[in-house]
Amino acid sequence: MSTADTEQAYDQRHVHSHHHPEGEAHGTFKGYVTGFILSVILTAIPFWLVMGDVLPSKQATVFIIMGFAVVQILVHMIYFLHMNTSSEGGWNMLAMIFTLVLVVITLAGSLWVMFNMNENMMPVSAHEMRNAP
Amino acid sequence: MQERSELMQTLFGRLTLEAIPYHDPILVGTFMATAILGMSLLAYITRKRAWGTLWNDWFCSIDHKKIGVMYMILGIVMLLRGFADAIMMRAQQAFAFGDSMGYLPPHHYDQIFTAHGVIMIFFVAMPFVTGLMNYVVPLQIGARDVAFPFLNNFSFWMTTAGAVLVMMSLFVGEFAQTGWLAYPPLSGIDYSPTVGVDYYIWALQIAGVGTLLSGVNLLVTIVKMRAPGMTLMKMPVFTWTALCTNVLIVAAFPVLTAVLGLLSLDRYVGTNFFTNDFGGNAMMYVNLIWIWGHPEVYILILPLFGVFSEVVSTFSGKRLFGYTSMVYATVVITILSYLVWLHHFFTMGSGASVNSFFGITTMIISIPTGAKMFNWLFTMYRGRIKFDVPMLWTMGFMFTFVIGGMTGVLLAVPPADFVLHNSLFLIAHFHNVIIGGVVFGVFAGINYWFPKVAGFKLDEYWGKVSFWFWLVGFWVAFAPLYVLGLMGVTRRVSHFEDMTLQIWFQIAAVGAVLIGVGILAFLVQIFVSIRRRDSLRDETGDPWNGRTPEWATSSPPPAYNFAFTPRVHDQDAWYDMKRRGHQRPTSGFVDIHMPRNTAAGIVLAGISMLCGFALIWHIWWLAAASFFGLIAASIIHTFNYDRDYHIHADEVSSVEDQRTRKLSALQKAGA
Amino acid sequence: MSAHAAETTFPPDSFYDTGEHHPQNGTMLGFWLYLMSDCLIFAVLFAMYGVVGANYAAGPGPKDLFDLGLVAVNTAMLLLSSITYGFAMLEMARGRQNAVLGWLAITGLFGLAFVGLEIYEFAHFIHEGAGPQRSAFLSAFFALVGTHGLHVSFGIVWLVVLMVQVRKMGLTEPNRRRLACLSLFWHFLDVIWIGVFTFVYLMGVLR
Repeated sequence: MSTADTEQAYDQRHVHSHHHPEGEAHGTFKGYVTGFILSVILTAIPFWLVMGDVLPSKQATVFIIMGFAVVQILVHMIYFLHMNTSSEGGWNMLAMIFTLVLVVITLAGSLWVMFNMNENMMPVSAHEMRNAP
Repeated sequence: MQERSELMQTLFGRLTLEAIPYHDPILVGTFMATAILGMSLLAYITRKRAWGTLWNDWFCSIDHKKIGVMYMILGIVMLLRGFADAIMMRAQQAFAFGDSMGYLPPHHYDQIFTAHGVIMIFFVAMPFVTGLMNYVVPLQIGARDVAFPFLNNFSFWMTTAGAVLVMMSLFVGEFAQTGWLAYPPLSGIDYSPTVGVDYYIWALQIAGVGTLLSGVNLLVTIVKMRAPGMTLMKMPVFTWTALCTNVLIVAAFPVLTAVLGLLSLDRYVGTNFFTNDFGGNAMMYVNLIWIWGHPEVYILILPLFGVFSEVVSTFSGKRLFGYTSMVYATVVITILSYLVWLHHFFTMGSGASVNSFFGITTMIISIPTGAKMFNWLFTMYRGRIKFDVPMLWTMGFMFTFVIGGMTGVLLAVPPADFVLHNSLFLIAHFHNVIIGGVVFGVFAGINYWFPKVAGFKLDEYWGKVSFWFWLVGFWVAFAPLYVLGLMGVTRRVSHFEDMTLQIWFQIAAVGAVLIGVGILAFLVQIFVSIRRRDSLRDETGDPWNGRTPEWATSSPPPAYNFAFTPRVHDQDAWYDMKRRGHQRPTSGFVDIHMPRNTAAGIVLAGISMLCGFALIWHIWWLAAASFFGLIAASIIHTFNYDRDYHIHADEVSSVEDQRTRKLSALQKAGA
Repeated sequence: MSAHAAETTFPPDSFYDTGEHHPQNGTMLGFWLYLMSDCLIFAVLFAMYGVVGANYAAGPGPKDLFDLGLVAVNTAMLLLSSITYGFAMLEMARGRQNAVLGWLAITGLFGLAFVGLEIYEFAHFIHEGAGPQRSAFLSAFFALVGTHGLHVSFGIVWLVVLMVQVRKMGLTEPNRRRLACLSLFWHFLDVIWIGVFTFVYLMGVLR
């Protein structure tokens, strides 16, 4: 890790030090504070929903906190990671979208495949699985 | 074995004298041969006083060209080891029928087929592919080096460190007996308590770091460092396939790292990810490792598709047919390769919906590959084809690979797969695509770019000998396996009762010998070419009438590749420059900014290897010491801010003047 | 080559860039790609947790173990460290070295608090007999949360090294780039943590 990050591409000595490295979008004070406040809110509500047992339906709670997680991830991407379509000529965004697709494939694919197998191969209920030694 | 003292246990972990297999005549013989060969090599280097050059100009070099050559050498050395394993298996299976148990006990035989698979994929095919990309991509895009030259050197040495660990397992301890993907629970601590699987894990983890970093490196190189004018759709096809391959590397290798990490937690800490008890799920390992494994096969083949594209258009004297469709086919393969992994374990017991989904995606992925095949055929159509050695390999590939692809589509049908799963039919299929695609492609690439690397062509006669022995040898060795597979013979078996099968295995053994002759002829080809280098010399830098920018510079290229960066106006940039009456600039050279050599890469990789060795043998103090040493060394390396220098304009101009004189002498001789 | 010289002559400029061609710097893109690969490591760990996360093997489940109050405090630490790192970056843009160092130190302390709380939590579980060996659920839990914690720990080490380097060399171009890389790394770990507290802790307690 510490080698990857500090590697200096050798052709860049000519950039003067008052320039920012290309593609490094940097935020503003307002941006950081906005992001912080939003993420505090988006964290607090799910914790409150779960800890306070607010909603009668567990399923509804699950969907709502998942929604909050997605929104909060977007907030972090925008305000902290400064993602936009133009940094690094769009390659950052492209790489991220590609990665997200693969993350979804890995997660959803594994869950689908494995639960499908369990259903076919192991005639036990989820409750039995939990308590099986 | 008596109780070892506490102290010895602490100092050496589970490493004892017993670990050295001096009682096995085969290994002792191998060790003697290796030792004699190694000693004579060391003596030769010492006699030539080449240690300084070797260390300073090669081991510490961060020149992408030298690193590329070192990758190729690593690949060739490991090919010999992997082939030795192959011929041992073929010999065993040709004799071990009925009363004869053959000459290899199952324990040894299992290590051999595991080592063969691991070595051929990770330490032969991967170095070859990475080596070709390393050498060619920066030249093709008109760059001075890769984006992170130091990282490139480090990646190479990490790959080599992994290879050294695998080789070490021959003489210290043993290798895994699990097959090349080490499925649990067999590879778990209960069923494989010895060091074999640990060698496997740490060799792959260390080499994996190298592969991942080189993937990031080449990706950034291609994205950021293309010559002015080279838009994405003007990139040479080889660079395109390299781009997609490195996308796959960056996106797939972390999965391997993670899943091997979980397996090592199971083995070292006693967790229950893939165990039979406490809720573990061994099939999850198979699922995860194939999420890496299927993209991996495209990591191997895509760059070679690029090589074939370059070779076909150069030796047909035509622009590549359907450049755009070639690019799109490559991109589609890149994405689809993540949606087919389950076809490697249809039989695990998923339902019909899962199996048919993955069966269909598998059939779909063969379409873009088929499109490529037609592009190559149409490029050749009405072209002025020159049957040089690279073109021979390409045509051998087209013939062989199509058949391998068709047997693959057969296996994509789940009901057929239930019959053929784990049979020799599968073995024949993947050797058909890997040898017919990857190996033939590597040889095409070596024959094609060797003049660029060395300044002289490879000997044609021995090249043809090598090609024909490989092609015929391949079919003699693997056609019988198709037959046996259809009869239901399974893989990884060291002894058979049914005598009627023996003839097929004997034919296959003959094929393996023919391939051996092919490999030998390749080595002879290199040796003969070096001996005859003056008559094979190419001063133009463009021996094949090439089309892409790597042929614009001299052979071998100067350290800085191009005195001035070429401007690209066309997809076949160099061909376009020649057509417009290209003139080499002969004056006005400027200082060139270059990265400086460093020993940091080899040192860091060496410490990693030590750490891996300590973990394999449970030498905890050494593992901890080398781990913290590794961190400390990397931190120290980051304090080095002085990483570059300038090649002075005078020096550039003297190199370029020399080339000008050579070229004008050539022109006079021509006139 | 020049055998068939074209009728129209092209200026040498059209063949070569006769100045010194400077490709763009690739460090930030390269580091981003590394982060994406890291993201896939976490995807595998999440998938592992998703598949075996309910296999308690008759041992303790999330409801018996997780203390959401502690997790909430932990999350707060990480969020606070995120904004303080942001402030460090803002000071870097203004070129105020000491302010950068100050904010980095505060960030590091929040990071340490996070890691400390996590170690406390792990030790507590292990003490209760709920170690990573107890069940596949606990194996997957320790692997996922532990890997995140290891990343944060490495981040802290890196942060300290960078503080020394900034002190020694000042806010030079390479150091700015390194700070920007660490910034990406730090905020990226935040994003992973959102997934962890939602899918592991909150949804675990709901189960």
